[in-house]
Amino acid sequence: MRIAIICAAALALTPAVAWTQDQSAGRDLAASCAMCHGTNGRGAVGYEPLAGMAQQDLVRKVTEFRSGAKPATVMHQIAKGYTDQQIRLIADYFATQKR
Amino acid sequence: MNRTFDRRDFLKLGGAAAALAAAGCATTTQSKGRVVVVGGGFGGATAAKYIRLWDPAIDVVMVERANIFTSCPLSNLVLGGSKTMEDIRHNYDGLRKYGVQIVFDEALALDTAKRTVKLERGGDLTYDRLIVAPGIDFMFDQIAGYDAAMKSGRVLHGWKAGAQTIGLRKQLQQMKDGGVYVLSVPLAPYRCPPGPYERACQVASYFKMAKPRSKVLILDANPDVTSKGPLFKKAWAELYKGMIEFRGNAKAIGVDPKTNTVKLEVEDVKGDVLNVVPPQRAGDLAVKAGLITANNRWCGVDWRSMESTAVKGVHVLGDATLSAPLMPKSASMANQHAKICASAVVAMLNGRSPNPEPKIANTCYSYVSDKEAIHVASVHTWNDKDKTLTTVPGAGGVSSARNALEGAYAWAWAMNIWQDALG
Repeated sequence: MRIAIICAAALALTPAVAWTQDQSAGRDLAASCAMCHGTNGRGAVGYEPLAGMAQQDLVRKVTEFRSGAKPATVMHQIAKGYTDQQIRLIADYFATQKR
Repeated sequence: MNRTFDRRDFLKLGGAAAALAAAGCATTTQSKGRVVVVGGGFGGATAAKYIRLWDPAIDVVMVERANIFTSCPLSNLVLGGSKTMEDIRHNYDGLRKYGVQIVFDEALALDTAKRTVKLERGGDLTYDRLIVAPGIDFMFDQIAGYDAAMKSGRVLHGWKAGAQTIGLRKQLQQMKDGGVYVLSVPLAPYRCPPGPYERACQVASYFKMAKPRSKVLILDANPDVTSKGPLFKKAWAELYKGMIEFRGNAKAIGVDPKTNTVKLEVEDVKGDVLNVVPPQRAGDLAVKAGLITANNRWCGVDWRSMESTAVKGVHVLGDATLSAPLMPKSASMANQHAKICASAVVAMLNGRSPNPEPKIANTCYSYVSDKEAIHVASVHTWNDKDKTLTTVPGAGGVSSARNALEGAYAWAWAMNIWQDALG
């Protein structure tokens, strides 16, 4: 984890830093979820709260929606729009949010 | 509690702002700049909140003409009688928790050279970056006789939730059993593609219960139902058998309230309640500010920042934008535009480049009865080749069938997006 942070800091000094290394990348992707799941994944009614969910749990759920293993009304269609890396970024973000 | 922000309040605010500016470096939390947001709908309110959420060192002032928020989503249920105006109205107090300064006033004009917004009552507001979320206004001149017919209250659109929603509900209640409700739909693009067909369902649902001999007649300028077609048609056939008639390629070119007539290109159609939705364009302020770039109607933007392609330093959100391919003019999309914009504005005011590859998702629910709903979903991602947002192939889709579970999700979606936008 510490190595990852140092790498990100080093990359930030170079202009060609990949956006996915930016700390805002996960935040921006996760912001899409908020209209149903609440701002920062908190406080929503009728939808699963995402704030504070363990990273691996959220990755597993979304991946299962995407494959069809987990039945859904809409999430199977939304999940197909995201890559493994993007799902991880989103899950990383929500895992750090207070419940 | 809501109250109108009057001139004295504004001057107090102006005084407070001036005092802060005079204090300058003495304050430990010096502002990184001031963002003015014009328009407090789904786009504007979300942008104001998220800028403060993501960088509290940026001052945000939101200008909105109405001191209460009325939601277009769910307003069709008010027409059908299963929800009330109180259900779809919210105050703006939640945004103050995030430190958004709210000014209830009318933005009359923009001076993009001086970076000021001219207010009707409050003088001039200066900005470092401006966000314009003006929604839509109507091209009344496209339908002969519309303006007078609307002002007399005889013909309504009900396509901005508010007084006309109440007026239309009253007309439906007063209509005799056996009457005909005519709903005229403009050519796409217009606000909320599935909205007319949901409205037909809600009105038919009310008729089924209260005036079962009445009819809904949809006169659609488009050749066919523009969104969720098979799902709506199945609902019409199964839930409202014989009550809803759909006519495609039926563009309204005039209205005559004396004869209760909608004039089409080839014939005149009589009805008892005339709900004629005119063609639309970006809101008036976008026109006055020179933000319109396409067909005299819509505002072109760079989808990585929502910055206008016509005027630097000005961002445009929501229904007013020239939509990216297959992107609906919806509350969901306006909420998502706002987050792209908030991220970009925060980056720019911190001397960084905006997110180069935004990705957003859309879900639009429509109620086909008072309990069952259907959805359409899509995921939109930056496409570097086409320089716009395009839908991710294989993602998105519609409901497999109407169902009550999605009816519950649709109501929860509304509660949650209101909260996400308004605090």
